[in-house]
Order: sequence, then structure tokens, then C-alpha cells
Amino acid sequence: MTSAAAAPAAAPAPPSRRPGASVSARRERNAALRFISPWIVGFLVFTAWPILYSAYLSLTDYDVLTDPTFVGTDNYERMATDPKVRLALWNTLQYTIIQVPLYVVVALALALLLNQAGRSAGFFRTAFFIPKMTPPVAVGVLLLLLFNGQYGLVNEVLGVFGIDGPSWTTDAAWIKPGLALISLWSVGSSVIILLAALRDVPTELYDAARVDGAGWWRRTRTVTLPMISGALFFVTVVNTIAAFQMFTEAYSAYFGAGNSTYSNDAALFYVIYLFREGFEQLHMGYASALAWLLFVVIMLVTAVQLLVSRRLVYYEGEQR
Amino acid sequence: MTAVPAAPPEAAVVPGAAEGEGRLRTQPARRRWARAAVVTALAALTVVFIYPLVWLLSASFKPRGEVFDNRLIPATPTLENYVTVWQEAPLALWLVNTLVVTALAAGTVTLSSALVAWGFAYFRFRGRGALFTLVLATMMLPGAVTLIPTFLIWNALGLVGTNVPLWAGNLFGSAFYIFLLRQFFLGLPREPFEAAKLDGANNWAMFWRIAVPLCRPAIVLTFLFEAQASWTDLMRPLVYLQDSSTYTIPRGLKALIDQFGPGGESQWEIVVTASVITTVPMIVLFFLGQRHFVQGISTTGSKG
Repeated sequence: MTSAAAAPAAAPAPPSRRPGASVSARRERNAALRFISPWIVGFLVFTAWPILYSAYLSLTDYDVLTDPTFVGTDNYERMATDPKVRLALWNTLQYTIIQVPLYVVVALALALLLNQAGRSAGFFRTAFFIPKMTPPVAVGVLLLLLFNGQYGLVNEVLGVFGIDGPSWTTDAAWIKPGLALISLWSVGSSVIILLAALRDVPTELYDAARVDGAGWWRRTRTVTLPMISGALFFVTVVNTIAAFQMFTEAYSAYFGAGNSTYSNDAALFYVIYLFREGFEQLHMGYASALAWLLFVVIMLVTAVQLLVSRRLVYYEGEQR
Repeated sequence: MTAVPAAPPEAAVVPGAAEGEGRLRTQPARRRWARAAVVTALAALTVVFIYPLVWLLSASFKPRGEVFDNRLIPATPTLENYVTVWQEAPLALWLVNTLVVTALAAGTVTLSSALVAWGFAYFRFRGRGALFTLVLATMMLPGAVTLIPTFLIWNALGLVGTNVPLWAGNLFGSAFYIFLLRQFFLGLPREPFEAAKLDGANNWAMFWRIAVPLCRPAIVLTFLFEAQASWTDLMRPLVYLQDSSTYTIPRGLKALIDQFGPGGESQWEIVVTASVITTVPMIVLFFLGQRHFVQGISTTGSKG
């Protein structure tokens, strides 16, 4: 009955040690397992087995049509020297480094602005969220059209300010900034999360800071940011993991499916390369090895972020 | 962003008796100006956020030569693109396919996740904490790791090429929704359940007749979230669908991009129009469940 300690506060006292207790505890456990059973089956079939089988496949040559042949660590050795792996990793890293800080800063700025907007905040919050509903394939289309170097709306607007915009969708150097910029269009859900956190900051803290003579910037830096650091961390981690798995927008815009075979090296992100190896080339063993490298990289990055957050994130009720 | 007054001089007001007086006289006016500046900035940003959708809609009514003219109102408005795209691609079929997959995916995941979430929220048993941690841990697993073995499972069952792999995995619940729904179930008072138990209600009745109705907003939210995820998904249709007659609308749109877009015949008006048809149902979905979307996402962050 140790788990009873973790039960919700509303729960009545745990079953006592009377003779019937173990029977009722068992009955309760069985009832719970009946409700949980769909997940248990799903976990075994669609998570646990795939993890094990993927680990095995990564040590084989497998093209679906013939049985897997065991090749030891060949796939991993090949990955170490595959220039496309290096390119895909580097592209993905570059994109993540550009996109995540930009995205988090913009989300924070918009949330701070909304927090000052009073009653109209609800309307603007909705307006910012709507683009998030756009299917990523359509976002890929908009990227190709709006960021077109010659005729695109983005460069036309830049031209108004006397800026000669780059060829966002064809110049290798501008592909990732273009993708990062259009990702800002879907910033709305993160804005909602940060705004909710901002509204939870106790107003007494601001009043106290005011009395101490702190201006807007100091209040933001010393009260707001520490108080919402949990939500900021959440948005950063979730978005970093998503950036590492960038697929749909870039694939829609820069890679041909089916019979058309256009492609763009500057947009070859890691998951795109994995997908093409696995499902277009049918190198299922190699693709499984690629998946494991991605897993390790994402785990490492998340672990580093967790370590950093220990120093930066403030959780209410925590003793420092 | 300068709209927010940087360090308003109110800071200079000496705390004490004078403060209330100073505030009364100077602050309302200054506040009003600040508020007006903030609202103006937000209005400008709203244009930036909404304009791409307006641009897309407008372009779908332009003839081929004018798609890139960036006019708000088409110079020669036409419905021809909608006729052409309907002839070029089995759009009606794609829409029906997507609707079926979306309804099945959202329906099954809502039901199964609610069952599992209830199992974790209401009952107490040894190992519950550890098992729930395992549920949460699966969220950390990148989809790429399970992608290939999962494909092989559906392949072995002979279901690759059908829409079953696009939704049947949802029969077993999804960690994120289990987490979300459990939060809501934990917030329910226990009294109605104790009372129902005394009246002889079984576990199933308590779940179905009391817990689910009481958590209706969360149930609706789960359905809406998954409907959006399912409707907009491209990866799984790319992996599992082969024949164009089985495509969902995003997969179909990708096929049209390949045929008429950058690698193909440069008939952008078709791609644009198909994009509009892919997007509009999601905008409608948003307006149907607006409140749920906003509240649901707010909860997601605070529980993270």
C-alpha cells in the first residue's frame, strides 16, 4: 500500500490492515488493470517490441522483401563515414540553433504583449493561434510561395524598406532561416502556454517590486521571468525535440515523393534522410541504426537542458 | 515592443502618502496611452499572422499568371481553379478518406485514453506510480525509433495500403492524452462515486455515467486535438498509403505539389487551391472548438 501515499489529496484513508483488506486491494487492482489494459497491450506491441526489434534491425541488412541478414555493427560503421549523415546532422543542428531561440523569444514577446492588453487579449490570442491550424503541408506550400526570391510577398515587403531580400527557397544559405521564420507563424500555441503562466504570477509580487521602485524591465527580469521559468523551459524542451525531428514542412517544399525526384541538400534534415533511407531505398536496417543515433542525440540534448534548468528554473514551493 | 512603457516615471513617486495622490492624477492617462500602444502593436501583428491565410485564399481565385501578383483582391477573379483542381485530382474522395480516418483516429484515441486515464486516476494499487511514469516516459521516445518496426507489423498483417495503420494504433490510448485526461479526472470530487458505489453501481457505470459526463470538456478537447493531428498528418500517409485513391488530403496535396509545383509543371494555382481545400476544414474545426483549444493548451503548459 505504499502507492497510497501518492494518491490524490481528496482520497479517503487507505484500506486498513483488516483481514478483508488484501482481497479488496486485489479487486481494486484488477479493476484498474482492466481499464489500463488497452495501454498495456499497446505498449507491448507498439512500443516495447518495436524498440527491441529496431535495435535488432539496426544490426542487419533488411529490405523487407528478403529476410534480415545479420551484419553486426556494419550499419553503425557506415554511418560514421556516410557524408549524408554528417550533412543531415549538421543541417538539423543548424536549424535547431536558429529556430529554437528565435521561436522562444518571439513567443515570450507576444505573450508579454498580450499580458498588457487587458480585455482585448482574448481576441488577439485567438488571432495568433489560427495559423497553427494550418496543415504543415500547406505551410510548406506557403513557404515556397511567400518566400519566393523573385516574386514572394516577403521580399516585396522587405523591398518597401529598401532591403534586397535573399532567395529564401533556393539559396542553400537561406533555406534554414526561411524555414525557421515560417515556423514562427505557428508560434500561437506556445504563446497561449506562456500567457497562461504569466497570468498565474501573483500580482503582490509586482506590487512589491513597484514599491521597491522597479521599472517595467526590472520587474520583467526579476519577477516575471523567474516566475514563468517553468513554462519557458517546457516550451524550449518541447520545441527543441520538435526541431530535431523537423520533417513535414521541409519535405513538402523541398523533396519529391513518388515519381518526381527533386531534392535539396540544404533541406536534408535528419528525419528526412532516415525516411528516405527506410521507405524510399528500403534500407530498413540502416534506417533503424539512424533512428537509434537520433534517439541518443535527443536524449543527450534533453539531459543537458535538464541540467541547465536546475540552475535556471524556479518552481514554486522549492527550497533554495 | 517599445509599446510597453519602459520604466514609467511612477517609479520615481516616493512610497507613502504622496503615492496614492500621484497615481490618481498621472496614471490613468499614461496607462491609457500604454494600453493603446499595446493594442496597436497587437493589431499590426494580427495582420502579419492572418495575412498569409488571406493571401492563400485570394490566390486561389486568381488565374495562373496572377498567383504571384500579391494583390489582396484578385484583378480577374475566377472560380476556374476550383473546377480544374476538382477535375485533376479525386479531391472528393480524398476528403472522404480523410474524414473517415480523422473520425476513427479521434474517436478511438479519446475512448481508449479516457479508459486508461480513469484506471490511473480513480483506483489505487501497488505499482501505479511506476506504471504511470512508464506512460510518461513513452512520450520522450522519438517516433523515428518505432517507425520501421511498426510499419513491419502492419505489413505482416497485410494492412499496408489501407487506412487501418493511420488510426488503429489509437485503440490503445496515447500517452499525452492519458496524461491530460488523468489530470482532469484527478480534479473530480470523490463523493459522487462513493455514493454510486453504495447504490451498487459497477466500475464501468461509474466511469461512463459519472466520470465521462463530468469531464466532458477534456473529452471534447482530446477529440479536437487528435482530429487536428490526424487531419494534418503527412508522415504516416506517406509511409502507408500507396494508391492515390486511398490518399488523405495532405498526402494528396503533396502529390499535387510534386506534379504541379517546384519539380513539375509550375501550375501553382492548382497547388494553392488544393492547399485552401486542405486548410479550411481545420479553420472550421478551430472555430467550432475555439474555447477548448485555448483552454486545453493553457493546461498543457502549466502541467508540464
